[in-house]
Amino acid sequence: MRELRIHGRGGQGSVTAAELIAVAAFEGGVFSQAFPAFGVERRGAPVQAFVRFDDKTIRLRSQIYEPDYIIVQDSTLIKDVNVFLGVKKGGIVIVNTEKAPDYKVPEGVKLITIDATSIALKVIGLPITNTSLMGAFAAATGEIRFSALENALRHRFPKELAEKNIEAARQAFDAVKGAA
Amino acid sequence: MLGITEGSLAVAEAVRLCRPQVVAAYPITPQTHIVEALADMVANGKLDADYITVESEFSALSACLGASAAGSRTYSATTSQGLALMFEVCFNVAGMRQPIVMTIANRALGAPLSIWNDQQDSISLRDSGWLQFYAEDNQEATDLHYIAYRVAEDPSVSLPAFVCFDGFILSHTYEPVEQLNQADVDKYLPPFAPTERLDAADPISFGMYATPEYYHEFRYAHDKALKDSAAVIKKAGEEFKALFGRDYSAMVEGYLLEDAETVLVAMGSICGTTKDAIDEMRAAGKKVGLLKVRVFRPFPVGELAKALGGAQRVAVLDKNISLGSKGALALEIRDALYGSRVPVFDYIIGLGGRDVRKRDIKEIVARAERGQGDEFYGLRQEVL
Repeated sequence: MRELRIHGRGGQGSVTAAELIAVAAFEGGVFSQAFPAFGVERRGAPVQAFVRFDDKTIRLRSQIYEPDYIIVQDSTLIKDVNVFLGVKKGGIVIVNTEKAPDYKVPEGVKLITIDATSIALKVIGLPITNTSLMGAFAAATGEIRFSALENALRHRFPKELAEKNIEAARQAFDAVKGAA
Repeated sequence: MLGITEGSLAVAEAVRLCRPQVVAAYPITPQTHIVEALADMVANGKLDADYITVESEFSALSACLGASAAGSRTYSATTSQGLALMFEVCFNVAGMRQPIVMTIANRALGAPLSIWNDQQDSISLRDSGWLQFYAEDNQEATDLHYIAYRVAEDPSVSLPAFVCFDGFILSHTYEPVEQLNQADVDKYLPPFAPTERLDAADPISFGMYATPEYYHEFRYAHDKALKDSAAVIKKAGEEFKALFGRDYSAMVEGYLLEDAETVLVAMGSICGTTKDAIDEMRAAGKKVGLLKVRVFRPFPVGELAKALGGAQRVAVLDKNISLGSKGALALEIRDALYGSRVPVFDYIIGLGGRDVRKRDIKEIVARAERGQGDEFYGLRQEVL
């Protein structure tokens, strides 16, 4: 089983990202499970959402403490929340930031930074970073195919909005692939 | 077909396929997504039902009671404080023998206010005369609605049913669920055909006075119908299995029980985490098993006694507390095992959304082996 933990702030679409990643993973033939960290929904408050991937039915219901993957939607969280807590050796951390990192991820963990906010502002016109980060996640981990992510986005959003989000996800996907 | 969706949406789809004629509900976290989806289905013409908007849960269930008495298949959903507000109506629905099915997205009761999961809400209605089913995952939560309507509307039962699934932990989780189609559901669940109904052309009364000469016998008949529903549940489960393959014919379900020295007993989503913890304990040589209780009312005394009689010890995970006493499940399991020498330890766990991990289940097994139990598990001493 592989596990993903998403850190964000209320309103940034962390729960939606978890759901759509699970939907895309399921299309790719694995069992997946997505759930929120059941917080009190307040815009701006730190939130978490979780995804599990496995080749058999997932029974485990606890939150995720030792993730293989972490997505940080907002790098300002790093000083307030120990977002890297428990990440497995060999794991991958994806941080949305335009800056060079002034923090360290645990040893043996790969850090990928992506300026998802700029991509989102340019392509969608709003600082909604979750779809770009889904693209980055697809490129960095191979857990989901980009075509499955496209399908999940088309299924969730009205046509025009879906296409913009797919374009944002693609730019982030290409940026991460290009950097690799 | 296997698809992936949110638990609440999977339940709403199952309810649609059951063809309820009247839905009345008041939105409350974490039940909201179910009733929003049903309201959409009615508005979009995907569900041919009257959706009655109301100002409270008391009115929601009252509307269902009237509609059911008039002969409609009726549905509602609620949780926590909403169920508490329905308390009086719940007893009336059951006493008038109306087979309403209501989903409970289990949540803690205030005060203090908590929107998070435990099972105090439905457990607190254990004496109201409704059937109570508990789901481990969203597949089971979905399927239990078909079973619930079949059993509730069986003329020999004619009682309402709760289908309980853990709020947030299941209601807000996306996972794969195999959904039935309308033709299949229609084969399994015939239209509601009550033997008595409100009819202006042929007037009868429901819920009249029962004087001391009659009330006692009304209660006896209600209790007997609920206990006898066990046979109907078995039959409904067998027919479901014959048509769709999944087996809900037993009111309890064992996991690696045969040689288990320590048997955990639990209800709802905690069973999944417990099974994963058991696999790890088994790999380390510990003989541990799980008995999942799917039906809490009627209480499966005989099945429990049979399944637990060979254990060296029983550890019950209660996501509720009968304050001043113990967890409701443990109390009844002790009763079921009365006369046997199997010790039963009670652990109050996961109240108000406290996360339950595999390591917690392992620690409980270790405590039971040491003879420690009848306690709130995992207290944070620093905040007491």
